[in-house]
Amino acid sequence: MSYFLAFAVGGLLCAAAQILIDKTRLTPARILVAYVVIGVFLGAVGLYRPILDFAGGGAATPLTGFGYVISKGVKESVDRDGLVGALTGGLTASAGGITAALFFGLLASLVFRSKPKK
Amino acid sequence: MDNGTYKKYVETRAKKSPTLKNCLRAFLCGGAICTAAHALKSLYLCFGMPDETAGMLTSVTLIFAAVLLTGIGVFDKIAKHAGAGTLVPITGFANAVASSAIDAKTEGFVLGVGAKIFTIAGPVILYGISAGVIYGVIYYVCRML
Amino acid sequence: MHGIMKPDRKIMIISTASVAGREEEAGPLGGSFDLTDTKDDSFGMKTWEKAESEMQRLALGLALSKASLTDDDVGALFAGDLLNQCVGSNYGLSGYKIPYFGLYGACSTAAEGIMLSALTCDAMPVRAAAVTSSHYCAAERQFRYPLEYGGQRTPTAQWTVTGSGAFIVSSVEEDAEKRRGTRVPVITEWLPGYVVDRGITDVNNMGAAMAPAAADTIKRYFDGGHSPEEFDMIVTGDLGHEGSDILCELLLSERIDISKVHTDCGKLIYDAAAQDKHAGGSGCGCSAVVMAGHILRNICDGVLNSILFIGTGALMSPLALNQGSSIPGIGHLLHIKGEVL
Repeated sequence: MSYFLAFAVGGLLCAAAQILIDKTRLTPARILVAYVVIGVFLGAVGLYRPILDFAGGGAATPLTGFGYVISKGVKESVDRDGLVGALTGGLTASAGGITAALFFGLLASLVFRSKPKK
Repeated sequence: MDNGTYKKYVETRAKKSPTLKNCLRAFLCGGAICTAAHALKSLYLCFGMPDETAGMLTSVTLIFAAVLLTGIGVFDKIAKHAGAGTLVPITGFANAVASSAIDAKTEGFVLGVGAKIFTIAGPVILYGISAGVIYGVIYYVCRML
Repeated sequence: MHGIMKPDRKIMIISTASVAGREEEAGPLGGSFDLTDTKDDSFGMKTWEKAESEMQRLALGLALSKASLTDDDVGALFAGDLLNQCVGSNYGLSGYKIPYFGLYGACSTAAEGIMLSALTCDAMPVRAAAVTSSHYCAAERQFRYPLEYGGQRTPTAQWTVTGSGAFIVSSVEEDAEKRRGTRVPVITEWLPGYVVDRGITDVNNMGAAMAPAAADTIKRYFDGGHSPEEFDMIVTGDLGHEGSDILCELLLSERIDISKVHTDCGKLIYDAAAQDKHAGGSGCGCSAVVMAGHILRNICDGVLNSILFIGTGALMSPLALNQGSSIPGIGHLLHIKGEVL
């Protein structure tokens, strides 16, 4: 059942973005930015945690989940360190994902080269 | 025909993207990636990892897979059909980072790869983090009251 | 007088050459190119920009050797491409000792270069060369996304042609003497276009940005006393399927019906059913390779007699677009006839 929920919620979040791409002038980069910011917002108002509990990977994997991680990190840091936590919490919580993407990206640029397309 | 009329005429006659078909594909592909992530996390939890580490490692695994598929020139072929299905999950972020890096390699590793790797990832990180800072300040003030 | 220019001298296109990539080779005109890289479109170079330069070098070299000419025989070279600072032309043609003029006319560069060559040849008996190119991989990097980026195209999006075309234009008496009795494409009229901006901002619908410019030039030409029936073919540069339909409809609303004789290089170059190229080909290379290979050959063979070629260009700048500007278009018209000298 949890797998079905992950599939359905994750799929719906993607389908919603597809409608935005096809029906509006939003470029993919703007969609990504919007999804992260929406994730931060939903996390901040306490709405994302229930979705995450409900859908697991379906809510954690889309970029809204990335935004939620940032908001969660900020909240925990502020609780622990006070105002300075607002500056440290976001990057600390999302450090794993960002560093992995950048470092693997660098490795990929060492190994691969872009190919012509069909 | 004035410019406004022309623009409307062009927009009405342009063949539209097949939204229904695209949405179905995005739903199926996005759903599949999320299900895989869900399974991965369950697996990592089975190994006795704490919840947060398992979640992070799941993201890292997906990022690695997306970067690898980008490098061997397969990701864009899948994304052509999946659309938002590969874009919205963390795989889209990883593809944006890796494709920019691979492409910029011909301009060197500092101003090429080093700078261009952030072309699409930069805005995502910037606005994600900034939204977090704003939330942190508001949260701090609210807690004070 | 509508700005139509007629030369006093006989201006001949004495040699052409086309170099293209593997997707173009796989298309319906595949057999018409002089040289193709069927392996990986790199032409043996390390970067896509250098590959584009190499295509121009090869194309001009081929065009010269076909007419048994050396650098010294050509008085002027007009060349351009889509890349920033026109690196395709500047680097590709740096080995030639021919007076060089760099152009930027976006996808209309082939027509612009031929037109300027014709102007030069009308002023004095001389040979002039026009060279242009585009490379899908280099253009994607500069104008859209990284090559490996996973994105979707809309149905009106066009595909940048990998290819380079070179044309040698001459008004030298000796060239006419040498070709006595053979059919040669002769440039009899030309009409430069205006920059026309109808407020289109969609980079995935370049056809719509260019069609009004092409329509404007064609209308001005027909206002000068001609009618579409006089021509075997009215061929536009790279309006693609979408832009071609718009052009025909725009002109029809001006009571000019070109639909029976109109075709477009962007429609001809790829197989719409078999190749996933959406609205067709675009880029400087599109009209250059189709004209240099397929169409001018048909004129020499007598299949076509009198044609209008309208080189269309979308003068798009990512920087200006980000600042909120729209995409201006241009259309340069050439009247080319097959003549037995």
